[in-house]
Parts: sequence; structure tokens; C-alpha cells
Amino acid sequence: MIAAHLPALLIAIPLIAAPVCLLLGRGGLAWAWSTLVSWLVFGLSWLMLQKTLISGPFNYELGGWEAPFGIEYQVDTLNAFILLIVAAIGAVVMPYARASVNREVPAHKHTLFYTAYLLCLTGLLGITITGDAFNVFVFLEISSLSSYAMIALGRDPKALTASFQYLIMGTIGATFILIGIGLMYQMTGTLNMADLAKRLPAVEDTRPVMAAFAFFIIGVSLKLALFPLHMWLPNAYAYAPSVVTAFLAATATKVSVYVLYRFVFTVFGQSFSFDVIPLEPILLVLSLAGIFVASAVAIFQTNVKRLLAWSSVAQIGYIMLGVSLITVAGLTASILHIFNHAVMKGALFLAMGAVYYQVGSVQISDLNGIAKKMPYTMFAFVIAGLGLIGVPLTGGFISKWYLITAVLERGWWPVAVLVLLSSLLAVFYVWRVVEAAYFKAGDNDDVEVREAPLSMLVPLYVLTAASVWFGIDTSLPLKASTEAARQLMGIGG
Amino acid sequence: MVWLGHFNYWIVIFLMMAGFYTVIARGNLIKKIVGLNIFQTSVFLLYITMGKVKGGTAPIVPEGGGEGLAYSNPIPHVLILTAIVVGVATTSLGLALIVRIREAYGTIEEDEIQEIEDKSS
Amino acid sequence: MRHHLILRVVTKLLIPLIMLFALYVQFHGDFGPGGGFQAGVIFGSAFIVYALVFGLENAEKVIPSGYLMALLSAGLLLYAGVGFAAMYRGGNFLDYGVLAGDFIAGQHLGILLVELGVGITVCAAMIVIFFAFAGRGESNDDAEEDDDFPSPEVNSSSKSGEA
Repeated sequence: MIAAHLPALLIAIPLIAAPVCLLLGRGGLAWAWSTLVSWLVFGLSWLMLQKTLISGPFNYELGGWEAPFGIEYQVDTLNAFILLIVAAIGAVVMPYARASVNREVPAHKHTLFYTAYLLCLTGLLGITITGDAFNVFVFLEISSLSSYAMIALGRDPKALTASFQYLIMGTIGATFILIGIGLMYQMTGTLNMADLAKRLPAVEDTRPVMAAFAFFIIGVSLKLALFPLHMWLPNAYAYAPSVVTAFLAATATKVSVYVLYRFVFTVFGQSFSFDVIPLEPILLVLSLAGIFVASAVAIFQTNVKRLLAWSSVAQIGYIMLGVSLITVAGLTASILHIFNHAVMKGALFLAMGAVYYQVGSVQISDLNGIAKKMPYTMFAFVIAGLGLIGVPLTGGFISKWYLITAVLERGWWPVAVLVLLSSLLAVFYVWRVVEAAYFKAGDNDDVEVREAPLSMLVPLYVLTAASVWFGIDTSLPLKASTEAARQLMGIGG
Repeated sequence: MVWLGHFNYWIVIFLMMAGFYTVIARGNLIKKIVGLNIFQTSVFLLYITMGKVKGGTAPIVPEGGGEGLAYSNPIPHVLILTAIVVGVATTSLGLALIVRIREAYGTIEEDEIQEIEDKSS
Repeated sequence: MRHHLILRVVTKLLIPLIMLFALYVQFHGDFGPGGGFQAGVIFGSAFIVYALVFGLENAEKVIPSGYLMALLSAGLLLYAGVGFAAMYRGGNFLDYGVLAGDFIAGQHLGILLVELGVGITVCAAMIVIFFAFAGRGESNDDAEEDDDFPSPEVNSSSKSGEA
């Protein structure tokens, strides 16, 4: 019976866990409950990925109403893979959260923090699994509102202004998406994604549909922090509590990329998106600009979390570059990089959270000589950082390799050279942190700084080990990515 | 006079641009939230306008059956209800953040806040 | 207190009527404008009017915040509970048809319970939001609130000593 209701359970369990968490009162109990729920959701998403890889895409009708009249959840390989990523990051980050949240969030707000986390998890999972366009908007707002609340719980007063700016920009993005959905509904009369895909080609040349596409793409690009629309990301990630940054950096923008995939390839279709609307050159230019500008700005940051946040903007550029190639290989590279980036960035932000836990600051100048006092944490940081650069034997290398081969397959030599050059920029900003940690003498009048507690090190090493493991044995992510890319492009399985 | 028949849509565009301009151009945080609200209201108007059927009545089956009755599409109304709730939640969250910012910085003008942040970082 | 005599008397007359109207809107959502969200807001506004006229402490005695948190959760739990009950009885999630004997009765029951859940949560949420905002400016005895975020000037002076 569970197998038949998997999609609904995946959403309903964290949704019903959130008000229960609110009732639980004390912080410790709330943490234990949300960890339990995160692990349960991870198990369910794993089951769902296995089911999809074996028997192919399947649907679930909410409320028993058949599509296109009711809301249906549609699970194919792309969906199930992204769900697995979100659930996995949640499951890994929760055990870490106990110590980190104790340090960074005031005690009387812990219950509300975990409630907001469960709601955010529900929202992100809901966006990924649904097959109804308006449902995407609803879950998008659920996850966004709880993110704004979580980000505002950071210690620094700048967290408040960062959250406010994210709120303004995020709501504008979501409202643009709403306008796009409204115009699509007006022209076709349906909200179901599969039905939209069937009915849109008939009305393709009309202005409302083109306007709908434009509004939708801009709204989604705001949410995924594509180059000129990324201004909310550095501050929001830098000043939020470390757990929140690690969770959001690995999941929130990736889910928005999934929405882009779904609407560009499945709903609107390739021929409309890339032939009628010149999306390809736009995405290409913006993603390249994003990669270079963001990597360059990252080099000059003094706050390590802000540096990593700018690096995230650059990585989104790589992901969107894969999309602009419009080939199975390009999409495979893009989805693969979603996976590897989630793992690596998660590890990097968890490492910084551990440093903040012990040192109380994430300024590069305060990290001098920290590697002697926190060897394990900084070693994990180095390994994940090598993945970010794209050194062989890490996951990052695999996704960059696939990206470059996909670019060469299209025959765009200059772009491949640019991608390689940008990896050099990554070397610079990772080196800045590594140099300060390992090669600069620390100030010895610090408070006694020890290694981070085990509850923080274990999740950190799970993610770091994953970034290396999936650089060596790429079978699972590669298989899922290729399968997903093929389904998106409408070829083969 | 086709453009007079599209009166609703002109209002939608006017409100949308007014709201959007307010969000971008005003430095006072509360004015930004107000602008956001106006922007969202224009979208609600867009949806409701598209749901109206000429000569249509409420989508409820009256006594004696409703054969041949024209009714306005209820789905945009349902969508807008959800969007209004989302708008209320966003507004309250934004205002709560403004209260906290006022307590932390002493001001709610964006440029003054930027000054204080640049000095302290 | 004598200044506000008219306000207090009229408010005491109106509040039960507001609540009655809210219940009407709640349960007539099938047949006219109405439903959970609208009813919840109207019901919440009754408490808010009371708080505005009689003061925040009196309002918090009427409905303590513990109850509010419980109501907030109860509404959402009711909604999700209906969904799980539908799954338990053999249908899909939120399939109201299987909740009662025949399809139509099941749909009625399902929508009724679900809208009730929405109404309860929205009412509690409105009151909680109002109490949170109104309770903020009053006393600065909530010293723990202020300690969480020392203002940036304080931050910068302690940091400049170090860096």
C-alpha cells in the first residue's frame, strides 16, 4: 500500500510533521522529530527513485480526480532524482543541526526554526513532484516564505536586511511566474502540465503565449539566481544560520532549475522554446557572464560564506550552460552538476558552520592557522574545494568533464576554453581560504579552539566522502542523469 | 472601440507598472511592501478578468436543474484565493522583518541602512 | 475609561455578531462567497477588535498564546488528517468520496472538515500575528529579545578593537 501512495506520502509526511513539531515545545524534542522525519522522507525518496528506474514514469491523482481535472503528481526519472537530492541533503544536514542551531539561533526560537525547516522541505519536495502548474506556484511560495523566515534567524543584523531583500526579489519572481501561469491558462484552459504540453502547440504563435513564456522564464531565473538576477543570493547565504545556508544552497536554486527544465522542455517544448524564442543565445551569454563575474567577485571576498555564495552563482552558470546546449549530453552534464554541486557546496557550507561553531567568525582573517586546531574540518573543506575546482577523482571533475565534452560535441571551442579558464578562477578563491587556514600563523590569544564535535563532523564527512565517491563510481548519478535528460528531450526511454 | 472593451486589462497593466515602480524606486521599506501588494493585486485582477464569461452567472446549480445555464469560470477565483493568502502571508512576513530591522538599525530607509551596514562591516 | 464608553458598549454588542457572521461564511462556502480563509479572517478580527478596544493584556487573558499555538497546529492537522483518513479507507490522498457511505455525502463531509481546518488555522494565525506585532512596541522588559541582535554600532566597536 505504501508503494502505491508514495508520492502523496512524500509530501504529506513533512506537511503533517510541521504542526506536530510546533506543538512539541522544547528545542531538543523538535530537533529529534525533524531529524526522524528527514530520514523517513529520504527513505521514501530512495524507494521512489528505485521504482522509477525500474518501471518508468508514473502518475498519482490527488483526491481521486483524474487528470486534467484534478491535480496529479507526475514522477519520472528527473523528478525522482531531484527529490532524492533534496531529501538526502535534508537527512544529512539535520543531525548536524543540533549543535549548530544551538550556537547560532536563540533558544526560544528553536521550535519555530525546525517547524519552518519542515515546511521548507515540504515546499521543495512539492515543487519537484507536482504535475500541475499552479501547484508549482503554491509550493514555491511555501518553500520561499519559510526560507525567508529561516534566513532572518541568523545572528548578524544583516541577516534581516538580507532576508528582506530576498523577500522582495523572491516575491516579484513568484508573481511573474503567477502571471505566466495565468496567461498560459487563459490560452489553453488547463493547468495540468501534460495537458498544457498537448494544447500549447496549437496557440504557439499568439502573443499571450510568448508573453507567458517570457514572464515565466524571468520569474524562474530570479528564483534560480541566473546572472543579472542573482543579487539576493550572496547576502542571504552569507548571513543566514549555517544549517540554513547549507540546506538552501544545495536545494532551493536546484529545484528552481528543475522548474525551468520542466517548463522549457516538457510544457512549452523544445521547438517553441529555442526556435520561436531565442532562448539559446540568451542563456548562453548570461550563464557565461555569470560564471566569470561571480567567480571574479568571489576572489575578493573577505567573508568565506559570502565567497562560497558567489561561487554558487558561478556554479548555477555552469548548470544553465548545460541547458543552453540543447543536447542530451548537455542536459546530462547539467543534471549531473546539480547533483555534484549540491554535495560539494553542502560539504563546504557545513565545514564553515563547524568553523563558526568553534571560532565564532567566518572572516578569512580570523581563520589564520585554523588548520592546526581543526584538522578534520579543514581537510574536508580542501577535498570539497578540490571538487569545486574540478580536480580528477572528485564529483566536480566528472560534471565538468561531461559539460566540456557536451560543448565540444556542439562544436563551440571558445566556450570550452572559457569553461577551463573559469576553473582557474575557482583555484584562486579556494586557495585564499586554504592558504589562510594552513599557511598563515594563527593568533595565539584566541579562546581555546578545538575540533568540531562529532555530531558536526560525521555529516560533513558523509558529504565529503560522497563528493569523492561519486567522482570514482559515477554509476548512480550518471545513469539517473542520462535517463532524465533523454526523457526531457523526448528521445528513447 | 475595442480598446474600451479591454478596460480591465489596461487597469491591470497600470497597476502592475505602478506597483513594480514603487518597489524599485522607493527607498522606504514599507513603501516597497505596499508596492509589492499593488503589483500582486494587479495579477489578481488579471485572473478574475479572464474568468468572466459574458452573460454568465455564479457557478451554482439552482433549484430545478441548470441546463443551458452560462456560468463564469470558477477556477481563476480559486487560484486567486490562494494567491491572496500567499500575498497576505508575504506582507505580514515583510512587515515583521521591517519591525525587526527598525529595532536593529533605528531606521527603515534603505540608504541609511546601507550606510550603517557599510560602516560596520 | 469613561472616554471610550461608546466604543466599549458597541464593541461588546458587535463581537458576537461578527463571530456569528464568520460561522455563516464558513459553512456557506459551498453556496456563496465564503469558505475557510474568509471565515477565519472574520473570526480572528473579532478577537482583534476586542484587543484594540480593551487592551492587549485583556485579550491575552481571553485567549492565551498556548491555546493559539495549539489551534494553529490543530487546523493543519485536521486537514492532513482528512487526507490520511481518505488513504486509510482505500482512496488516494484527499479523496473525499470514500470518507462516508456514498460519493456525494463523502464529498460534503470532506470539504466541510477541510474548510473547518483552514478556518481554524487562519483564525489562529491572524490573532497570533496581531499579538506578535502589538506586543512588540510596548514593554522593553523583554530583555532577551533585545540581546539577540545587538545593533551594528555595538558590533563594529567590538570588532574594530580586534581587527
